[in-house]
Amino acid sequence: MGRYVIRRLLQMIPVFIGTTFIIFAMVHALGDPVAALFGDKAPDPAVAAQIRQQLGLNDPLIVQYGNYMKGIFTGDLGTTFSGQPVTELLKTAYPTTLKLTIVAFTFEVILGIGLGVISGMRRGRFADTGVMVMTLIVISIPTFVIGYVLQYLFGVKWGIADATVPEGAPFSSLILPGFVLASVSLAYVARLTRTTIAENTKADYVRTAVAKGLPKRRVVTHHLLRNSLIPVITFLGTDLGALMGGALVTERIFNIHGVGYYLYQGILRQNTPTVVGFVTVLVIVFLLANLIVDLLYAVLDPRIRYA
Amino acid sequence: MRGATQAKFAAGAIAIALAATACSSSSSSGGSSSGAANANGVVTAWWGDPQNPLIPTDTNEVNGGAVLNMIFDGLQHYNPKTGVAELANAQSITTNDQQHFTITLKSGWKFSDGTPVTAHSYVDAWNWGAYLPHAQNNTDPFFTSIQGYSAVHPATGSPTAQTMSGLKVVNDTTFTVALTQKFSLWPDTLGYSAFYPLPQSFFSNQAAWEAHPVGNGPYVIKSWTKGTGMQLTPNSTYSGNYKPKNGGINLKVYTDPNAAYADLQAGNLDVDNGLSNTALKTVQSDLNGRYLNQPAGINQTISFPLNQANWNTPGAKLVREGISMAIDRPTITKVIFQGTRTPATDWTSPVLGAEGGFSSTLCGDVCTYNPTKAKQLIQQGGGIPGGQLTISYNADGPHKEWVDAVCNSINNALGNTNACVGKPVGTFADFRNQIQNKQMTSAFRTGWQMDYPLIQDFLQPLFFTNAASNDSHYSNPQFDNLVNQANAASSKSGAVSDFQQAEKLLVTDLPSIPLWYQNGTVGWSSRVSNVSLDVFSVPVYTDITVNK
Repeated sequence: MGRYVIRRLLQMIPVFIGTTFIIFAMVHALGDPVAALFGDKAPDPAVAAQIRQQLGLNDPLIVQYGNYMKGIFTGDLGTTFSGQPVTELLKTAYPTTLKLTIVAFTFEVILGIGLGVISGMRRGRFADTGVMVMTLIVISIPTFVIGYVLQYLFGVKWGIADATVPEGAPFSSLILPGFVLASVSLAYVARLTRTTIAENTKADYVRTAVAKGLPKRRVVTHHLLRNSLIPVITFLGTDLGALMGGALVTERIFNIHGVGYYLYQGILRQNTPTVVGFVTVLVIVFLLANLIVDLLYAVLDPRIRYA
Repeated sequence: MRGATQAKFAAGAIAIALAATACSSSSSSGGSSSGAANANGVVTAWWGDPQNPLIPTDTNEVNGGAVLNMIFDGLQHYNPKTGVAELANAQSITTNDQQHFTITLKSGWKFSDGTPVTAHSYVDAWNWGAYLPHAQNNTDPFFTSIQGYSAVHPATGSPTAQTMSGLKVVNDTTFTVALTQKFSLWPDTLGYSAFYPLPQSFFSNQAAWEAHPVGNGPYVIKSWTKGTGMQLTPNSTYSGNYKPKNGGINLKVYTDPNAAYADLQAGNLDVDNGLSNTALKTVQSDLNGRYLNQPAGINQTISFPLNQANWNTPGAKLVREGISMAIDRPTITKVIFQGTRTPATDWTSPVLGAEGGFSSTLCGDVCTYNPTKAKQLIQQGGGIPGGQLTISYNADGPHKEWVDAVCNSINNALGNTNACVGKPVGTFADFRNQIQNKQMTSAFRTGWQMDYPLIQDFLQPLFFTNAASNDSHYSNPQFDNLVNQANAASSKSGAVSDFQQAEKLLVTDLPSIPLWYQNGTVGWSSRVSNVSLDVFSVPVYTDITVNK
């Protein structure tokens, strides 16, 4: 188990270098960031040359990347054009997005699995049909439509929730955005859970457990659910990363100054350090989430062993 | 990159489209009525994250500019209503030859840290900003006319001096400025933010100053959480005429104009001058008339690459005239912009007023829709160079709709569905690069936001030979001569009429064709009154009052 984890961690190094380089090259390919600094006006060539030299934009791409990597290992992720260190942005953005992700993830796990179990256990009945129809509707509507509609209804029309998230992003104001962010994944989780539950209710071990006279609650939680959750956990694990990265739309709608906000701004202003810094952290989150998912398999299914 | 799924990408694109515009016209409702004002009330206002440090010479976008105008007051102050430059910190600005100016300061003005505003505060700030190694991106055209600029800011190579020879401090309250050539309207440019003074603390510890900028204006920065918001409170040491009528301004950063609008409706935001196109459709009824739109110093044009041989022929001139006549401006402004833009009649802006050089007749027939004549002119001129007109625009801005509409209008006039197509360029930076590197082969969109309310600013930087923003690479010695003549005029009215003479040449040469003027818009909550926009479409924050 320990060796497995170490091996997985070591594998992350080439992935990390590869992704940072690809992102670096992609932002580079967007065009000249200096021209974007001047708005609708043509840049003064002398100033543009000066800025390029100060930012090291005249070097070949590979040299720029080398300099950037050198910075990373000394904890320097570069600065934005307004002189703010990217590490500072990361420190303000990630906790906010993490909070939002936690709220969304909680919705996804509790509501998603809960609805899935109910629906799977009562296949073909009213509750099942209801859940299926509702999830289908949610899946077919784009997130930003759900976001704007709920924001208008809850935030503007009825005034029940904050229309946008105030400074500091308290948990209470993140419930609505969290639900919006979770909505589509939630629907998938419910459908996935329903299918595996429905399949496993007919499995031999469930019949055995019922025949042994175990109480129904115990059959469901200890036998049925545990075996049915493996595909769901896989989905949830990868979705954790997707939630953090995909919060971009939700963050804009609810004016949350998290990862999505800074990434978006970084792309618009073509600030390579910002974009690469944020994406790099996202990549690490993805990799770690996948590792945790793989380790969770062993917990759920004793037949899976890592050496 | 922008989003994982198609739906998310679409949302991103819509948001970008909405982010960059905020314009409208039609009616202008006055300030709402209310009883007494609460002098200590704090106003929450829309804001965006400034792109650069808040140094006057480094700020060239509206978000940073809004703050600078609150924390600084310069030699001149543009009257928020008329746009006329009025003396602020300057006691007098005198000249005998339109080239050498003597500026005397009012005594007793202080920065908010208590240090006095002296002639050095100005001269040092200007020298610092113009010095090339400081790489300030807002020096051209503001300092270029001062003698010695090319020594501190050479086009290539290293500077040979640290200070401009044209700036001389006489004593604490007086300094003189020598310009490289006559520039009669120069004193009127001094209200612009690039000319603001800087306190001693800026030069001794720039990083600390940038973290907490100190100025001499009506407000001081109380706190600033970068990327989130800024709190400003009235400056007790301010000596100018624009003392705040409220207890402070709370600027809140929004990433999406729709989020700001939702907050405005929900009562969490008081002043929103970042209204999106979607909001503009319903703003009148949503806000019960607490909405204002008025002309801004912004115009939109279509430029042609006169550096390309096939566009620089007498025939192409007729073709450009024909294209201009083929554009149905009134219909496009009504349908695409919901009547929120005004068809253009010249190359300036209505904010200048007739006295300042605006003309509602200058472009005349050339800017009037006439499809029959248009077709005739284009045929007479030998058809569109290259066979097809493409109009390039940056796809990250809200331009696709109107470019397509303009093309449709041209296609309809010519009876050819392929005569004109829009040509998106991914990012604004890339778009700018193509213009600058002379890679444009056909028409492209251009827009101009004035730096100061002067006709000079709408003509010289755009159409003078080799000027900084001469995107169409237009060059006409006659035009250049008239501009020089205007700059040497001894009276303002003389200068303005010379500039108008120069502008008339544009009607025949048509390096660009005027499309429409943009308006500034602002909506506000029922909590506040007396919201207005200055000629730069920035809310007059000092005038806003909070209702009791």
